[in-house]
Order: sequence, then structure tokens, then C-alpha cells
Amino acid sequence: MQFGIFSVGDVTTDPTTGRTPSEHERIKAMVAIALKAEEVGLDVFATGEHHNPPFVPSSPTTMLGYIAARTERLILSTATTLITTNDPVKIAEDFAMLQHLADGRVDLMLGRGNTGPVYPWFGQDIRQGIPLAIENYALLHRLWREDVVDWQGRFRTPLQGFTSTPRPLDGVPPFVWHGSIRSPEIAEQAAYYGDGFFANNIFWPKEHFIRLISLYRERFAHYGHGTPDQAIVGLGGQVFMRKNSQDAVREFRPYFDNAPVYGHGPSLEEFTEETPLTVGSPQEVIDKTLTFRESFGDYQRQLFLMDHAGLPLKTVLEQLDILGEEVVPVLRKEFASGRPSQVPDGPAHAALVARRDAEASQEPSVAGSPS
Amino acid sequence: MKPLKLVAVSAGLSQPSSTRLLADRLLEATRRRLAPEREVEVRVVELRDLAGDIANNLVTGFPGAALREALQTVTAADGLIAVTPIFTASYSGLFKSFIDVIDDSALTGKPVLIAATGGTARHSLALEHAMRPLFAYLRAVVVPTAVYAASEDWGSGGDANTGGLADRIARASGELADLMPRRPPAAEPVETVIPFERQLAALRP
Repeated sequence: MQFGIFSVGDVTTDPTTGRTPSEHERIKAMVAIALKAEEVGLDVFATGEHHNPPFVPSSPTTMLGYIAARTERLILSTATTLITTNDPVKIAEDFAMLQHLADGRVDLMLGRGNTGPVYPWFGQDIRQGIPLAIENYALLHRLWREDVVDWQGRFRTPLQGFTSTPRPLDGVPPFVWHGSIRSPEIAEQAAYYGDGFFANNIFWPKEHFIRLISLYRERFAHYGHGTPDQAIVGLGGQVFMRKNSQDAVREFRPYFDNAPVYGHGPSLEEFTEETPLTVGSPQEVIDKTLTFRESFGDYQRQLFLMDHAGLPLKTVLEQLDILGEEVVPVLRKEFASGRPSQVPDGPAHAALVARRDAEASQEPSVAGSPS
Repeated sequence: MKPLKLVAVSAGLSQPSSTRLLADRLLEATRRRLAPEREVEVRVVELRDLAGDIANNLVTGFPGAALREALQTVTAADGLIAVTPIFTASYSGLFKSFIDVIDDSALTGKPVLIAATGGTARHSLALEHAMRPLFAYLRAVVVPTAVYAASEDWGSGGDANTGGLADRIARASGELADLMPRRPPAAEPVETVIPFERQLAALRP
């Protein structure tokens, strides 16, 4: 089981001080947060990708490459990489390069993006969102697995005799998660390829995600990648902690009330009731996170949103200390106990290489089946 | 045979409200028309009680528990009676906001009776130029008679040229009652999966 954080990369005014960080400060803060994640023993840092203010992370592999150079264990990921509006050839190249630089500590989460104008800004049509996600990933999947690709599709210039360089590290592409909030088509896509499925459940009630994850698990088994409980599931979470619950609520409330996405809507109490958001003591965070397993089954990756809504860097770093010291060690122990042996760990490069080698030594895979 | 589910959505704001009064009259008249042949389960969704939840849904993109239950009730109905006060030449903002958070396929094929209340009869055509196209867009089957109740209607029996409110209620509820048993029972929505090969194949140039 892997634990980490994911950042939207929003530049938001701190509602308690009225101060707005510069883009430069926010970018440096994201890096400091990533380094802190490694320091406190977390496994994953993931950044969003956005192409409009007030968000800074437009160039994830640049940022992750810099973080890779300054960390040793942290897995660097995205939440999400836009499979609809990025050229799949460039994704193949950028992430393979990052994978080499980071010695395999790289995976990525693909998503369609939810900002309408990004499609036309990048020459695409939002009404083609799902077909773009399907076709572009089909090409990306081949570019990482076939040395020479001839290809023709609906959305991009054809390729004749194209080799995406560098080739993936050790011949094993970065692990891919497919992120979705509402589309069964994406759960189906993840299941077809045997890739991971990340349900970004932080803003919505769990009933919806139970349906989506069950569908993914069932279809993962249907496509012959293993049993439903061997499907690779990731979940979001959002927490704010202080030793005393009341202190956490008092300190976080102005950030909640003014947050992008859900601010000026439901009360903190209502939102906590309906979504994974937990504002309280470390023990309350532990208790709430453990309920995820009851709802969704044993899973592989838990990412927390820790640094949005204008929280100052100092506060975020304190939160990461609490997360790393008091919460995650308990969660690791609790999630490990009673975890069936056939349930896989979170994906990591060395294990993926070992699995590939083990499969190659056993029997040749069936031609045409997705790997 | 399973009982038919008859649901009224009332967007009245005052308590008591004439909008709710009209909803109740229409419900009762429809139920009575169906009663000899079919058992009818009657429910009223009061939008006033859900006003905060509806606003929160617009902001967050998901319904809270009480609103979720109301949306399920409306979606599962065999017949719907939609009653709104007329504000500023159209349905009320609260009514429209509720419609905006309903899944856009939830009312497809559903028999719907539209009705409205207002201070004077001069606003009655809002039913025809605002309510009816709204439900047409959602592919609901709207009965031909729409019922408008102005304040004066509650104390009048009509005249030589126009029937009174009671006549309109009887005619509209009869039309709704006729349609309801013929509608196939509302199915639970199923998550349909298009197999991935078919999604891929659809893209081959």
C-alpha cells in the first residue's frame, strides 16, 4: 500500500491574511512540499496539470524532473496528465525521459481535464473527450511497447516508422493510472489494459465511487488480468489535523469556506459527512481513512490533498509532519493486517520489471491480448 | 400489480402556500381517477425544504442526502405533477434550479402535468411559453391541459366562457391518469458499459 499527496497547484489567497503568493512562490512551495513528503516517509508526490490561472503546474515533467534530482525514494506521479489535449507522442517521450532520470520512480495518472477552453486552446473539441482519451492512450500504449510504430487515427498526424525515444527504462513503461470522477468508459479502459484506476473521490459521496470501482474490478477480471481484488485501485483523501479536533476545525474553517470548488456551498460539517474530507485529530483521520477499505476493498494507493485553498506553506509542512509521523505509520500497519496475500502492493518499477521477467520465463503471452 | 408512483414537486415558498394547495388538489384528483383500477402511492417533494441542498448541489456538483432521496423519488415516478409559482414572467428560480440538478434523462418519457400559481391570470401563459418547452427539452410527455391558478380562481366557479379551476383540475388530472398506467414501470438506472473493443473500433479510420 502506497501513501502520498497530490497537489492541484492553485494560487489562492490566504483568506485569513489576504495574502496571495506569487507564481514563483507557489512553484517553489510545491517543490518544498514534495521534498517534505519524502522526508516524512510518504511514497508518492503527484502534481496536477493545468493551463489556466490560478494554477501553476502547466509543465509536470519539468517540475517532477527537478524533484527527482533532489529525492531518492519518492515516486513521482501526476494527477492528472491530460490525455485528451496533450500529444500522446510527447507524453511518451517526456515520461520515458523522466523515468530514466528518476531511475524508475515515475508513474502517471491520465485524465480528460475539466476545463472546457483547454480543448480549443490545444486545437481539440471537448465533445470528443472520451474518443480522444481512448485513441490517444491506445497510441501511447503502443509507443511504449513497440520499438517501431506505424499508426493512423482520427485525431493526430499518422506515424510511419516512428520510434519514441528514449525507450522505457528496462523495457518497462511507467505504470499508468486512469483517473475518473464519473465516467464508466474510463473504468472500462483501465480494466481493459490492466492498468490502475484512480477514483478521485474527494468532492463527491462514496456511493457513486463504489459503483465505479466495482465496475472496474469486475471488468479487470473479465479481461483476464486477475481476480477483482487484484485490480489496482487508488483513492483520494483530504485532511486537516491538529492534536485537538476543535483546533483543527477552527483553523481550517476559513480555508474551507473560501476554497475553490466547494467554498461558499455546504458547511464544513455537511461536507465532512458526505465526502472523504476529515478535519480533526490524527486519530479521526486514521479512522476515516480505514473506512475506505470497507467501502472499496483493499487498495493500492492513497493520495491526500494537503496544500490547497490558500493554506500557507508553513502550515502544509506541519500537516505533512503529522501525516508522516502519526497517521501513515498506523495506516500502514492497519491496512497490512488482514490484507489477503493475493492483493498486490502499489505499483513500483522494480516490481514491474520482476513481474515482466517472471512472466517472460513462464510462457509466451497470448498474441493480441493487452499486457 | 405494483402500485403506481405519483409524485408532485411543489416550488411554493410561503407556508401554507397556494402552490402546495394546487399540488395537493391535482394529486388527489389524479389518485381518485386511478383508484378504481390501481393502487397509487402519492409523494410530495417540497422544494422549499431542499432550497439549501439545491444551492449546494449547484456549487459542489453532488446532491446531499435529502436532495438525493428527492431526485430518486422524482426519477422513479410513474407520473409527475410539477407546480411552481410564476415569478417575473416564468417558473421560479428555485424550481428551475431543481430541474437543473435532475439528470437530463431522468424525465424521458415520463407523463407530466404542469401547473402554476400567480397573483393574476395575466401570467397564465407562462405555463405554455416556459414550463412546456422546459419539459419538452427533457423529453417528458406533458399532458395537453396545464393548470394555472390565480388568486381569484380560489373563489370563483368560472363563467359562461371558461370553466373554473375545478374543471381544469379534473381535465388535467384525467389526462395524466390516462397516461400513467401505459408507461412501462420506471426501471432502476443501470450503468451500461460499452465493451472497450467496440469503443476502440468506433475510432478506426
